[in-house]
Amino acid sequence: MIYLQLFFSFLQVGAFSFGGGYAAMPLIQEQVINHYGWLSVNEFTNLITISEMTPGPIAVNSATFVGLKIAGIGGAVCATLGCILPSCILVSIMAHIYLKYRKMTGLQGILHSLRPAVVSMIAVAGLTILTSAFWRGADISLSNTQWDSVLIFMLALYLLKRKHADAILVMLGSGVMKIIFTLILNIL
Amino acid sequence: METPTRSKLLLKLFFSTLYLSTFTFGGGYVIVSLLKKKMVDEYHWIDEDEMLDLVAIAQSSPGAIAVNGAIVIGYKLAKLPGMIASVLGSILPPFVILSLVSMFYNAFQSNPFVQMMLAGMQSGVGAVIASVVYDMGRGVIKEKDWLCDIILVLAFAANYIFHVNVILIILACGLVGFLRTCIKKEKQEGVS
Repeated sequence: MIYLQLFFSFLQVGAFSFGGGYAAMPLIQEQVINHYGWLSVNEFTNLITISEMTPGPIAVNSATFVGLKIAGIGGAVCATLGCILPSCILVSIMAHIYLKYRKMTGLQGILHSLRPAVVSMIAVAGLTILTSAFWRGADISLSNTQWDSVLIFMLALYLLKRKHADAILVMLGSGVMKIIFTLILNIL
Repeated sequence: METPTRSKLLLKLFFSTLYLSTFTFGGGYVIVSLLKKKMVDEYHWIDEDEMLDLVAIAQSSPGAIAVNGAIVIGYKLAKLPGMIASVLGSILPPFVILSLVSMFYNAFQSNPFVQMMLAGMQSGVGAVIASVVYDMGRGVIKEKDWLCDIILVLAFAANYIFHVNVILIILACGLVGFLRTCIKKEKQEGVS
């Protein structure tokens, strides 16, 4: 019943990711890594990287990728449908109410308290990705640290925050730099 | 507002969301503003104020903002069939692209250069997320709302240290927000 599992786990991602974009990341991580073990941390991190480089929401991209990997094209369809079904129902109902009564529902107060929680959980998911980048699955210690990755991270952060560089270019540049560093280190 | 025939409208809806979804990098907010440009400024199907409210609905509902945006616009223009047409348009491109990418991923992931590239890009995406968290976190702290600051810290600790389920954290914080709104309302009514 892998199709049902895929459908329901991405249904939860779709139903509880408030705030768009990165907000889906911690939920996907919870389902796909912690609960079912469908992806390793490294694969998940690659998935987020690929998602950033291609058009489309992270949640839909992840549903397609994970579904395909676990159960082929049928799995991808089930996971994607699960992911968008809560939106289709909820948003249609809200649009209907709005168009009929011209009133926004009192969701704003709830959202106001959700925002800080969403920020924190994105931070935790970001830490998972950085841990994977800096230690590549090894124990977290100074001697295991990939210092070239740390350097690339700091440079990328500097370019993004201070120079307002384009995120996709920064990511591509990070990949190229890692290749150059690895080649140089191998020669030395 | 021009009134095209129903099937023509559905086709046009499908192809506009398909087009936007194929060529828009950079997440939900970008696609929503492009949708607005097309529906309000180009086609004149929706007026500006109504569009703002619809976008607010898309942003405050769970799920991907790009998909939610397609749903509100599709529903507004042609009810359920419109919603289905625009949702299909908006999810087909990522579905096809990610399927292709995952074929390449499986074929190339063992290549040492691809592995190095992906490893480096992990640092890059980590930096992108760190910068997003910094901006969003600063926005929360700047509000000087003690309850939000507490939630920020507690949610982080609950998730990172105690591995509490993400959905539980969201439900708890939503409940806190709901109770707070209720208490505020009661206070206001008590004063007046």
